[in-house]
Order: sequence, then structure tokens, then C-alpha cells
Amino acid sequence: MSAMDVDTRVAEWRAALTKSRAIDVADADELETHLRDQIDELTAAGLADDEAFLIAVKRLGEVNAVTAEFAREHGDRLWRQLVIAPPAREIGRSTFTAMLVAAGLAAVVIQVARLLAEGDGPIAPWFVRDLGLLVLPILAGYFLWVRRAPLRLVLMLAAIVTLLGVVVNVLPFPVASQTSMLISLYLPVALWFVVGVAYLRGEAGSSRSRMDFVRFTGEWAIYYVLIALGGAVLLGLSGLVLTPIIPGAMSDVLAWVMPSGAAAAVVVAAWLVEAKKSVIENLAPVLTAIFTPLFAAMLLVAATVYLVNGIGRDFDRDLLLAFDALLLVVVGLVVYGISARDARAKPGLADAMRLVAIVAAIVLDVLVVTSMFARVGDLGFTPNRLAALGLNLVLLVNLMGTAWFTVRLVARRATVAATERWQTGYLPVFAAWSLVVVLVFPAVFALA
Amino acid sequence: MNVDKDLVAAMSTPLVLAILAEATSYGYAILKRVRELSAGELEWTDGMLYPLLHRLERLGHISAEWGSSPEGRRRKYYAITESGRGALAEQRRQWATANRTLGGLWGPGGAGFGVAVGA
Repeated sequence: MSAMDVDTRVAEWRAALTKSRAIDVADADELETHLRDQIDELTAAGLADDEAFLIAVKRLGEVNAVTAEFAREHGDRLWRQLVIAPPAREIGRSTFTAMLVAAGLAAVVIQVARLLAEGDGPIAPWFVRDLGLLVLPILAGYFLWVRRAPLRLVLMLAAIVTLLGVVVNVLPFPVASQTSMLISLYLPVALWFVVGVAYLRGEAGSSRSRMDFVRFTGEWAIYYVLIALGGAVLLGLSGLVLTPIIPGAMSDVLAWVMPSGAAAAVVVAAWLVEAKKSVIENLAPVLTAIFTPLFAAMLLVAATVYLVNGIGRDFDRDLLLAFDALLLVVVGLVVYGISARDARAKPGLADAMRLVAIVAAIVLDVLVVTSMFARVGDLGFTPNRLAALGLNLVLLVNLMGTAWFTVRLVARRATVAATERWQTGYLPVFAAWSLVVVLVFPAVFALA
Repeated sequence: MNVDKDLVAAMSTPLVLAILAEATSYGYAILKRVRELSAGELEWTDGMLYPLLHRLERLGHISAEWGSSPEGRRRKYYAITESGRGALAEQRRQWATANRTLGGLWGPGGAGFGVAVGA
């Protein structure tokens, strides 16, 4: 066997190796160098080329076993590359059927609820408040079923959902009161954490599995928006086509198709993320990469303007909410930015950019919130103000921790894993805060 | 003698860190050093070393730098970091405890049952 033959066989071996997306080009280079070192040593000891090749390959280990070991260490790559090799069969039928059943159930439940809520008059306020409660437990149930979750976990989550449902619907508060609005905002967030526990089959302890759920959330949101866009086009066209023949068709289509479609899409989007089969690249990280520099620039400008001009406004809940949204977006940029970051890459421009965005957001927020407080004469704590302030505080603490870890990262004193652990460790705080708003606020303000 | 798989897995982290604490090295040379130290009694599937190295790199215990071999091949060199030295010291304490505990039963010579019978 000539040197040419060895090269061909090494190339074939390398091709088999890189078929698994868990092994990237650099890893393949590293392994190939190892293989060739071994072959050289064996031939120097007097072995023929083909014998040396066979022994070297055997020593390096079976390709499947090695790639499986790489996949365990580099699970994030599977996410990025979207090839999750084995589940082709697993994901197949049972998941698809389960998805259809769950989506259909969601569509029916929402429709029944709508009919009940409508009665004869305008829609009852509980319908909007309970939207999350109607749909998200079905999604959680879908995951529990598909993942063959243990009964104990199912019962535990069912108990939590029941508790939330009872507290939210039994405690009396005035119709359309502030608390009611807050609950319709926070209840889905609290329930999303229930979905998360179901998604991870109860194994929500480790930073890496939590990160998987964070990635899932980002991709789910993107799929949901895409489906919603498609749905909007469908509804618009059906309205245009049908109205000339059946006047009032549009309102029927809106009443019947839209709520059911929106509810079913929650499940379908989740299924798509899991089964995506290379349909779309992971998008959340891509969007993050585009928008982080833009947000960094915007925040820098805004912080400077506020610093120079000062802010001359009274306590304004809407402005506070805008800042909450801003901080939330920055947290999102950070989380998805690091989720896509190669944990072993050296700190670079992207990390510096992230740091600029974080620091500018913190400065801006502290500036605005403190000046608002300074100007508030009588500080009546309405539920809305308290919720907006609480969320601001929760996000601010998160960003301060993130800033600290990012500084250490850029200074090469810590790895990106530290930032990741901080973020995933912080998830329970978000869950706890949403539970406080849903469970404690109504009780406190109903009595007040 | 074949060392039990789980035991090899448990040893792998301190072993790699200790070898890199001697000097900067690369995968193939690390494995040669392991064979040499264990007189060939530690069987390691070579390919499994690399995911371990990458994990240690992710945790910040070692750092990596691409270079090239004398034959001009791309080669990745690994060096231990401060945090790696800390982890190694901690592992060393744990292994010393394990050694002491078993040694208390097996005698200082580590000759196993023979010692007990002779005594």
C-alpha cells in the first residue's frame, strides 16, 4: 500500500467522522493529526502501511463511539447544526400523532372556553386572563407524554397548574382591575416555567439542560411568529374571498378560526422546534448577532443623552414599562448570544459589544428609575407600579451579575460557562417573581 | 491486568491535568505518557481523550493553542491554567484520601490478602 492509499483511507475515515455534526473541522484536524502520528510511529516500528492504518484506527476507537462522546461534550453544536442524528425514528410517528392530538385539543378547548365566555354579551374578562391556563398545560402534557415522564412529575406539575388556576379564578377582584391585567401578563410566564420542567422531564437542575430549554424558548418564539404570519395571510385572504358571497364572513372566520389556530400553533411550533429536520437554521443566535451591535449603539446614545440632558419627567408607569422591556431585550441578547458562542473561543469583539450594551442599559435604567423616584411626591403603590418596579429590579440585578461575569470573560479571568451558569441559575428568580405576581398580588391587593 | 472502566474514567481528569502540569503537551503525547506511566496497564480508547480535553478547556482548567508538528501537521497544544492547578490540587487531596482509606485495609505494601495472611 502506497502513501497515496493511506491518504485515501485517512480521508474516508475523516469523512465518516465528520458526518456527525458533533465533530467540527478543527476537531477532525486534531483527530487526523493524532491518527497520522500513530501511523508514522507504527510504520517506523516496521509495520506495513495498511496494518499501521488499521491498528491506528482501532486504537482511536470506533467512529460511532468517538462521535457519541463528542456529542456529549458538544451538545450545543447539535443544536446549532440541527442534526440530532438518532431520533429520526423516535420523533417519527408517536410524536407526530401526539402533536396532532395536543394541537387539536388546544383548538377545541379554546373554542369551548370562548363560547362559554361570550354567552350572549361581550366576552367575559376571565377568557383573556385564563388564555395561558387553557393552552400551556396542554403543551406541558404533550412533553410529559412524549418524554414518558414519571407519574410523580405529572402529578406535581398538575398540582401546580391547579393551584395557579384556583388562585387566579377564585380570589375576588374587581373586573378589569389592574391585578387582572397583571395576571393575564404573568400567568403565561409562570406556566411557561411549568412547560420548561416538563420539557426537561423534571431534570431542570443542571445549567446545560436549562440552557437547552432557553434555546428551545427562543426557537419556539420564532416559529410561532412565522406561523402567525402565515395565519394572518390565510385569514386575510379568506376574508377577501368570502366576504362578497357571505357578508359578515370575516367576523365568523376571526371568531372561529383565529383563536383555535393561535392555540394549536403553540403546540405545533413546539413540535417543529424538536423535529425541525434542518428546515431552518437556529435563528435566535443569528438575530442576536445582528442586533447586539445595533442595540449597543442605541443604548450608548440614549445613555449619553439622558446623562447630558437629565430627565424631567414625573413617575411614569409607561416609561418604566418601556425600560423593563428594554432590559428584557438586553437579557435576551446576552442569553442567546452566549448560547451560540463557542465555549472555547477566546473573548472577542462580540463579547466587548455585549458588555457595552449591558453597561449602557444598566446606566440608563439606574438613571431613569432613580430620577423618577426622586420626583415622586406621593408614592402610592398601585399593583401596576409595584409589578413594573419589581420586574425592573429583577432584571437590573440579572444584568449587573452579567456585566460582572462579562468583564471577567473579556479580561480572560473566567470562561463563558460562568456567565451561562449565572443566567441559568437566575431562571428560578424569574419563575419566583412571576409566581409572586400571580399568587401574592391578588391576595394582597384584594384585601387592601 | 485490565483496570476497571469506571476507575479509568475517574482517573482521567487528574491524570491529564497532572501530565499537563509537567509541561504543555498535545493529545498523542499525553496518551503516550499515560501508557508509559502505567506500563501499558491503563487501556484508553485514544479518541475519548479529546472530548475530555475539550471539556477541561470549556471549564477553563486548560487552555489550547494551535501550532504545527515537525511534519507540518496542524496540532493543538494544551497547557494547564491556574484554575486547572487548583482543580488538580483538589483531586489530589481526594485521591490521597482514597489511597489512605484502602491502604489502611490493605497494608502499606498494598500487597492485598498476602499481607493479612502473613501477619
